[in-house]
Amino acid sequence: MKPLRNILNSIKPHFEKGGKLEKFWPVYDGFETFLFVPGHTTHSGAHIRDGIDLKRVMITVVFAMIPALIFGMWNTGYQHYLAQGITDSTHMQNFLFGLVKVMPIVVISYAVGLGVEFLFCIIKKHTINEGFLVSGMLIPLALPADIPLWMVAVATVFAVVIGKEVFGGTGMNILNVALTARAFLFFAYPTMMSGNSVWHADTAFSGKVDAVTGATALGDAASKMPIEEFTSKYSTLDSFIGTIPGSIGETSTLACLIGAAILLYAGVASWRVMLSVFAGGYVMGVIFNLFGVNTLMQISPLQHLFLGGFAFGAVFMATDPVTAAQTNTGKYIYGFFAGFFAILIRVFNPAYPEGVMMAILFMNVMAPLIDHYVIQANISRRLKRVNIKA
Amino acid sequence: MSTTAAEPLFSKKNKKLLSDPLNDNNPITVQVLGICSALAITVQLKQAVVMALSVIAVVACSNVIISLIRNMVPNRVRIIVQLVIVAALVILVDQILKAFVYDVSKQLSVFVGLIITNCIVMGRLEAFALGNKPWPSFLDGIGNGLGYGVILVIVAFFRELLGSGKIWGFKLIPNSFYEAGYFNNGLMILPPMALITVGIIIWVQRSRNKKLIEK
Repeated sequence: MKPLRNILNSIKPHFEKGGKLEKFWPVYDGFETFLFVPGHTTHSGAHIRDGIDLKRVMITVVFAMIPALIFGMWNTGYQHYLAQGITDSTHMQNFLFGLVKVMPIVVISYAVGLGVEFLFCIIKKHTINEGFLVSGMLIPLALPADIPLWMVAVATVFAVVIGKEVFGGTGMNILNVALTARAFLFFAYPTMMSGNSVWHADTAFSGKVDAVTGATALGDAASKMPIEEFTSKYSTLDSFIGTIPGSIGETSTLACLIGAAILLYAGVASWRVMLSVFAGGYVMGVIFNLFGVNTLMQISPLQHLFLGGFAFGAVFMATDPVTAAQTNTGKYIYGFFAGFFAILIRVFNPAYPEGVMMAILFMNVMAPLIDHYVIQANISRRLKRVNIKA
Repeated sequence: MSTTAAEPLFSKKNKKLLSDPLNDNNPITVQVLGICSALAITVQLKQAVVMALSVIAVVACSNVIISLIRNMVPNRVRIIVQLVIVAALVILVDQILKAFVYDVSKQLSVFVGLIITNCIVMGRLEAFALGNKPWPSFLDGIGNGLGYGVILVIVAFFRELLGSGKIWGFKLIPNSFYEAGYFNNGLMILPPMALITVGIIIWVQRSRNKKLIEK
């Protein structure tokens, strides 16, 4: 650590007022506070502060995503070899194949996103909040492994500029940045984001041109595969562990739950949101089970929670502290409806089998309204109490 | 009319009537009027240009007519009178479009008829033509129509280029791009992206035009 500090100290004067790289102070400051706890003290108000700041919160979330990332890499390879009829590929082979496919997406997402963020900080002359640390990892995990890299870059620029910077940067955004990127790609390039041909990374290594097609579990269900065939193709255990086709990070509910445990242990994410998303999804699943007129309705409520990006969305997307509801009661309502609508959209609109994305974005928009009514209800409740006593 | 003879046709004041709506007081980006049609018919450049011309014609003519009869119309019934005149003009425009550019007219469908409800038309009649002489009213109509048209054309240019890779119906993006893995952006064809494009234009305009920067 010491040599790193010395390097930072030696280049610091260049960035301070009057130095020749004064313009790039936000960039320097961003790196310094990323590496070391900043030496700032408060000037007013509360003087006792926790050492944990936005950057440390963010990095905790990134750590929590690592299980999903590693599993996603392995599964990318596993699905690839499976599609080619190779069943005896080693775990290492699977993982390495996935690593080569997934790593460029992660790198592009981070490079482009941080680039845009730094640019805005330099122009607007405010300090860099590494709000993008989490989004940069969420974006690749929410995409299919075969997505062209330039699309990742375009979507990242769109999400950071339109989703975040126009509202005033980190902490001011209404919509979850990573979901904005995914929604952008979903509507802009539907052929690369949904359908049957994008879930197996085939192009690299194989040399075979004929693409192997294979739908996701939800895609199969939406195209009216009978429920018996569906449950034998996608067992509940498989969908829980995540050995099914899908976006890189979303398939494994297990990996997401490990991430959830890390987040909850560190106190970073809200258990209220997570719990109520799962509750909302389960309730909707039970309701649909009562009708059970098509395959999507017949899927057991529990399996609904394991399929698609439900767990991933519940753990990493819905809990985004900026875009979720802020009040505790509001968090229950917000989460419940996010889960509820996720399954509703999934079942009723087969064109959007990935209802989780829509549901969470929709509830992001609703969150301030929910908070408003929760606060109003509290005010009127307390007013009543005062009036009775008086 | 005799009193205006002293004022030149293109006095400074009259020129301002023409140029103001193009930037400082743009009907779409500053007054935020006529958004609905700006979102609906900007998928292709051709439609947008035809629509812009139609609106220019309607606003300018109705402004002149209302201005001519402004002292005869009782205040109470002025809205009805305005509506009748605008509706008559819109029907006229619609018939002309059907006669000469049938294809575009079909694509524009109801949106030609909906010029009647375009807030810019009624807004200019109420705000300007009722209190001004025919010539300034005409210029005001042309100016506001142009201000509307400019935004329409800019939005349509980007939507057609990025959404379908064409300009005015001609393929602009070469096939080699598509072979190299380029895709048309399907989101650009959907109305939300028109709103975002208008938003970006407002953003650029406000950051460049000092008069519009809010304190």
